[in-house]
Amino acid sequence: MFERLGDAVKQRMKRWTEGMIAPDQLPQLTAIARTENEYGVDPFGFSLEFALAAVAPLLWLYKFYFRVETHGVEKVPAGRVLLVANHSGQLPFDGAMIGVAMLTEATPPRAVRSMVEKWVPTLPYVSTVMARSGQIVGTPENCRRLLQAEEAIMVFPEGARGISKLWSQRYQLQEFGLGFMRLALETQTPIVPIGVVGAEEQAPALMDVKPLARLLGFPAFPITPTILPFPLPVKYHLHFGEPLTFQGLPDDEDAELEKKVKVVKGAVQQLIREGLRERKGVFF
Amino acid sequence: MSLDRQRPAVLVTGIAGNLGRTLTKTLHKRERVIGIDRRPFPGRPKDVEMHELDLRKKKAEEVFRKNEIRAVIHQGIMHDPRMSAEEHHSFNVLGTTRILEYCAKYGVKKLVVLSSANVYGPSPDNSNFLTEDAPLMAASRFSGVRDLIEVDMLANGFFWRHPQVETVILRPVHVVGPNIKNAPSNYFRIRRPWVMAGFDPMIQLIHVQDAARAMIEALRPEPKGVYNVVGPGEVPLSAVHRELGRTPIPVPHPLARSALNLLFRYRLASFPSPELDHLQFLCAVDGARWVKEVGWKPSYSMRETIRSVVPDTAGT
Repeated sequence: MFERLGDAVKQRMKRWTEGMIAPDQLPQLTAIARTENEYGVDPFGFSLEFALAAVAPLLWLYKFYFRVETHGVEKVPAGRVLLVANHSGQLPFDGAMIGVAMLTEATPPRAVRSMVEKWVPTLPYVSTVMARSGQIVGTPENCRRLLQAEEAIMVFPEGARGISKLWSQRYQLQEFGLGFMRLALETQTPIVPIGVVGAEEQAPALMDVKPLARLLGFPAFPITPTILPFPLPVKYHLHFGEPLTFQGLPDDEDAELEKKVKVVKGAVQQLIREGLRERKGVFF
Repeated sequence: MSLDRQRPAVLVTGIAGNLGRTLTKTLHKRERVIGIDRRPFPGRPKDVEMHELDLRKKKAEEVFRKNEIRAVIHQGIMHDPRMSAEEHHSFNVLGTTRILEYCAKYGVKKLVVLSSANVYGPSPDNSNFLTEDAPLMAASRFSGVRDLIEVDMLANGFFWRHPQVETVILRPVHVVGPNIKNAPSNYFRIRRPWVMAGFDPMIQLIHVQDAARAMIEALRPEPKGVYNVVGPGEVPLSAVHRELGRTPIPVPHPLARSALNLLFRYRLASFPSPELDHLQFLCAVDGARWVKEVGWKPSYSMRETIRSVVPDTAGT
């Protein structure tokens, strides 16, 4: 009975999604399912049927709440690619919006994979939702395998440092990790920098109650005017940059990798700067 | 017949088990087969020589001394959670040690050891597809599988120390089949099986016939070393239940563990509680190496493999 209820909800959500996208995009979307087996999943557990249902509320946020404007999505090359963006907003709506943009605005549409924390598979329901919608535990081995399968992977090299930044740090890129550069060099993957404008103002955090965060095992415990870090209806702008390719040894010294990472960071910063200059206001 | 006696033989340990019998059915048509098992082998093909004895006994060595053994398939590894830990450990580890010793001493050219993909162990931080060099972590959460890991490691050590013996260690995914009585097959026969509420890991199954065929393939000269052996692919656990028409009962996982502990202790369940990890986390492997080196292709589709656990609907 529980299962039938789940199926009914899934069908309704899927119809909601279908109602929000242009009818000529549907056949293209269905083509994403090419690697699925007779049970409707790909080897990693992604299911297009499930993803199209799960994306409905995010698509609604994309169209009607954040009113996302996407610039330059056509610059994302076919085949393997790492999408590198700034991370902010306390809750990862930035990642979700990039995912929706790639699914509904890119031609052909692409289901972006993102790498989740290792504790996600220990969470009931969350683990299943994540797996069916294409989110995978962030081991280097998984990342390598997906790139070799010509997938698009989203990376936030700022990690938790980025998403939990305070109001006073908005649009200031935090330290970038180096892992993504090693993988890009190893698998010869182009990197597309993305500047996300808007998300940094969605949940202004005035302070981070660190002892409480430690107590709860959270990366941060932000205090926002809305108490919970519920996002404000800011207007999102996603600026996709030109793909960058790097040559070098993946196991080079950190100093060498840092130079390359700096180029990517610079590109993201530049996209943000231009985006901020172009936009008319935080909410419009 | 006297000529046939001289033909170098393939020795199979644990031949009387379901997998051993399936293996023998094909193998005896092309090889001279000698079997060792403590259990009798009903319906044994006439040309199969059978020794009903314990591997740990000195008598086992006689089989090697009196016959020219060209290859050994060591698949007589016990998986019985009800057996005392001591006996379980002694049978598997000592038995394997003896077999390895005889292989080296009597110039056996090929050794195939049947391990299992379970040696990696299900865990939340596993990569989606584990390769052969992944650490064997199963015992960190389930001490009952310690000796299975030890058997795998013994064979691994032997592979490096005795390069003159072509050693192959096979780690197949969950073997299922109409007569197989291992944990996954038994679990899928339950009409209202437990599932962990909110968890639906991808799982891999292989048909018993395919597992037997893999062991025969391993007798070829090319394969050497450790191989994961994957069947027709991977499916969510829920898809297997749906295929079999089951009505699973979702149980919150913290509750399930203590409940199953109790049920197992009072013999109301045949699964020890750490097995629940398989219903919660990934333990899937990458079989690319085996595919590449022997051109492996399972002969049973996913649907046929899943359905094979129910004896009625299975063809074989």
